[in-house]
Amino acid sequence: MALELSIKDQNQEVELFVRRAITMFVLVVLMLGLIALRLLELQLWNHDTYKSRSDDNHIRVQTLTPPRGMIYDRYGRLLADNQNAASLALTVEDIDELSNTINLLTDLLQLSKEQRTEIYERVETSRRPDVALVVIDSLSESQVARLAVNRHLLPGIEVVNQLVRFYPFGRVAAHAVGSVRRLTDEDLRDADPVQYSATTFIGKRGVEAYYEQQLHGQVGYQKAETDALGRVRKTFDVQSPTPGKALRLHLDIDLQQAGVVALDGRRGAIVALDPRTGGVLAMVSQPAYDPNIFVAGMTEAVFAELRSSSYVPLFNRATNGQYAPGSTFKPIVGMAGLAYGTTTWEQVIEDRGAFQLPGQERVYRDWSWTKDNSGGQGMVDLRRAIYRSSNTYFYDLASRMPIKDLVRFAGEFGLGTNLALDIPAASDGLLPDPVWKQGAKGLPWYPGDSVNMGIGQGDLLATPLQMAVVAATLANRGGRVSPRMLLETFDSNADSIDATAEFAGRAGEVSHPVTQLGLEKVNAEDWENMVQAMEDVVHLGNQGFRGNGTAWAYIGQDIDYRMAGKSGTAQVVEISQGEEYDEETLSEFDRKHAWFIAFAPVQNPTIALAVLVENGGGGSSVAAPVARAVVDAHMAKQQALAPRAAPSSNRFVAR
Amino acid sequence: MSNTDFQRSLSPYGAPADSAPRWYFRLHIDPILVALLSVLIAYGLVVLRSAVDGNEALFNAQLQRMGIAYIALIVAAQIPPHFYLRMAPLIYLLGLLFLVLVLFFGVSVKGSQRWLEVPGLLRFQPSELMKLAVPMAVAWYLQKRSLPPRSKYTLICLVIITVPALLIGRQPDLGTSILVFGAGISVLLLAGLAWRWVLWSVVVIVAAAPLLWQFVLEGYQRQRILTLFDPQSDPLGAGWNIIQSTTAIGSGGLFGKGLFQGSQSHLNFLPEARTDFIVAVMGEELGFVGIALLLVLYLLIIARGLWLATQAGSTFGRLLAGAFVLTFFVYLFVNVAMVSGILPVVGVPLPLVSYGGTSAITLMAGFGVIMSVRTHKAW
Repeated sequence: MALELSIKDQNQEVELFVRRAITMFVLVVLMLGLIALRLLELQLWNHDTYKSRSDDNHIRVQTLTPPRGMIYDRYGRLLADNQNAASLALTVEDIDELSNTINLLTDLLQLSKEQRTEIYERVETSRRPDVALVVIDSLSESQVARLAVNRHLLPGIEVVNQLVRFYPFGRVAAHAVGSVRRLTDEDLRDADPVQYSATTFIGKRGVEAYYEQQLHGQVGYQKAETDALGRVRKTFDVQSPTPGKALRLHLDIDLQQAGVVALDGRRGAIVALDPRTGGVLAMVSQPAYDPNIFVAGMTEAVFAELRSSSYVPLFNRATNGQYAPGSTFKPIVGMAGLAYGTTTWEQVIEDRGAFQLPGQERVYRDWSWTKDNSGGQGMVDLRRAIYRSSNTYFYDLASRMPIKDLVRFAGEFGLGTNLALDIPAASDGLLPDPVWKQGAKGLPWYPGDSVNMGIGQGDLLATPLQMAVVAATLANRGGRVSPRMLLETFDSNADSIDATAEFAGRAGEVSHPVTQLGLEKVNAEDWENMVQAMEDVVHLGNQGFRGNGTAWAYIGQDIDYRMAGKSGTAQVVEISQGEEYDEETLSEFDRKHAWFIAFAPVQNPTIALAVLVENGGGGSSVAAPVARAVVDAHMAKQQALAPRAAPSSNRFVAR
Repeated sequence: MSNTDFQRSLSPYGAPADSAPRWYFRLHIDPILVALLSVLIAYGLVVLRSAVDGNEALFNAQLQRMGIAYIALIVAAQIPPHFYLRMAPLIYLLGLLFLVLVLFFGVSVKGSQRWLEVPGLLRFQPSELMKLAVPMAVAWYLQKRSLPPRSKYTLICLVIITVPALLIGRQPDLGTSILVFGAGISVLLLAGLAWRWVLWSVVVIVAAAPLLWQFVLEGYQRQRILTLFDPQSDPLGAGWNIIQSTTAIGSGGLFGKGLFQGSQSHLNFLPEARTDFIVAVMGEELGFVGIALLLVLYLLIIARGLWLATQAGSTFGRLLAGAFVLTFFVYLFVNVAMVSGILPVVGVPLPLVSYGGTSAITLMAGFGVIMSVRTHKAW
């Protein structure tokens, strides 16, 4: 050992080192204690704060869209389905520069200018933060693939599967079933914002709109864990949405189709009811629109055309078209005359083709009137007045009846009000009376007004739906029903459709009250006679000149069941005194409307309907064949079903 | 360390206290320290396993490096202390030369120039070498002089320490600079540096703080300090790291969310989860209990290291061993304090736990030196 080293006091140095080492160790313990304090602060005292901060970081509550209830016709055929569509959703909060992302998307998916604008519009109507917002519906497969490849470039962008509405029968059932539209801010003001937080479509027309609450279901929730880029890694705490109720309608899509075929492109409407329940078996309005375009979205041009077309395809003629009922109103006048003692079945008048009020010059013409005064139906009683549709008889009858009696009686048939239970948008029509006329026109009720009303003209207006109720009331011999689309609701569970769906008697089935008209003076015999007179309209033939029922020649010769009906031909424009109606000289929209109301079979009727062909011409020649086509379809079906009356044959088959 | 142990250790002077040469004396290994280090490394690997988030390759790479680190420990332990003593000035001067070279020819990574490269051959970080070289040089300088050192020698020591620390700070690598400085100062403190020096230094630093702030610290360093006091001022920028790491630790609570269950770590909210911020992963997944266990392990290692240092057969050995232990602690403290938001963010890994090879190898070599000075005969 070197000498210089030994000079050092080794023992003292060791002692010094040990002292220092102990001091440093104490310092180390103190400093680690400081860290431990900090950890205690973070992990114990403020744990809750950091816990929730951590949860906020990565856990998001997502809403789950309830599947919309399906809509079936009475035999279980799908009228409104849900289909899977890949949609593009974005979460605004996860995107740094929205315009960059949208530019990228535009290039990637080759979006049109309109789609771009649409994205911005939808982003602006975004309702809740941190919610993935659907901005493009129905992506193509190649678009989905391109998105998948470029995922890393597009934080905050997701492809989500969305259920969208599909209407398999398209325009055939458009007005009956209605359609859904994209939910707007305006809708959200009325709708429950919580329930609709995941919903993109809302029922806007028809059944879809009226039964929105049942069809919609209840929103579900799940928690989603997302990473720092906002991508969902996993989901948990799933509270599944409650699917909307499925609806079964009274509608029979076969009748609906038969009606569309029979109308053959003409403008018009058909409403067929089950007179026993008021259930709407068919509701056709032509021209129609394809409800699917409201789901997929359409260009401005298409929508503008739909809205501005003079044929108004969006307009539901069946419930909202208001027309003079013409001669189809005559059975009501006749029954009123019997009820108030103004006429009897035996009373006879001579019809020379025209009627004049005493002391007045104005001539009220029969449809058979000619310039040479050779028209008229000869000697006419009430029965003949119905099956020959004598105007003169009803001019005379109405002129002799107090107007309030006629109005009251017509009101009992549902005219002037919307009786439908689940079609709130349907029009009331117009049942004029002196009070109304004074208010609306500032004029008193003239005797001539009563005369016009006697043949269903003047200010009187009715919708095809209302006339179908009239037909049903006659079919029921005075039993009035309220029209209803819905047959029953049931849970949208595929199993339950297969296994338990029986035709009747289930909890979801709605009741169908039939109101017996409280008119003591009209007895059952009167109703039966009126039904017979209407039966003659169809079936009385081979009677020679001016002897046949008005519709016999057109529909009555080869009919193999008994049908009662009444034709009507409603004037649209007034024909000058002394001029004949000449279809050729009138423009398309000035021609007469053709009406036909009917029910069948005459005994125990199962269908009652009203057909209107706009500007179609004569009721018997134009509207009656349409009515017959629908009733034929119905009767064929009844016959096919009849032998298989056992309950099992009525099993509701899904899809 | 009981008092009788201490007495025995002094006599006979310079020789191992329990003079009966045991097997580990011949191997120059301290079994207790190796055991403690192994527990720490194993614990660290468990947490790393979670932090690599299923990346097997990374985990295996770390296993390999740990193997190399063990070899470094064993090799360093076999080398007798007087070899270190002789090499100390040479290594120090070589290190300084390298640091100067880095300043001119260094390779830049992520905006700081820390690496020297012989293209195609090797690439290394001279500052890492200085973590060992600086305390060695200071111990070499002081071992010939009587302790406590006189002021003149103390000043010379400060020069030996400050020059490389400043060179490293220029790269810039604040983390390593602090570690090198801390390693050098540790030697002085253990050598008996007068407490009044320590006091005066603190006074001077506090007084000079505004000047340091203005002229020495870079903009980003100032920003880091500001962020420490108000992380929310820039939550997505400078504050992001600290917000996410305190959130991770705090949300762990007493027992943590469970291994592999940390949402902060596994959903990419936590930055540098497997390197500098691995303690946040531990805090989130294993909770306060998990970190406390870690700190206790570190404390045991420090205690054992310091005790071994007191048993060294020479002043050089004592100072060097003690300084390594304290450097190890500085590592630990700076890292955990940074991650838990007490100190500004500086790039210091958690010793022997963070992913990465260089620091683990240096540290294990350091522990090898500690064992060397303990187990070799006095000279």
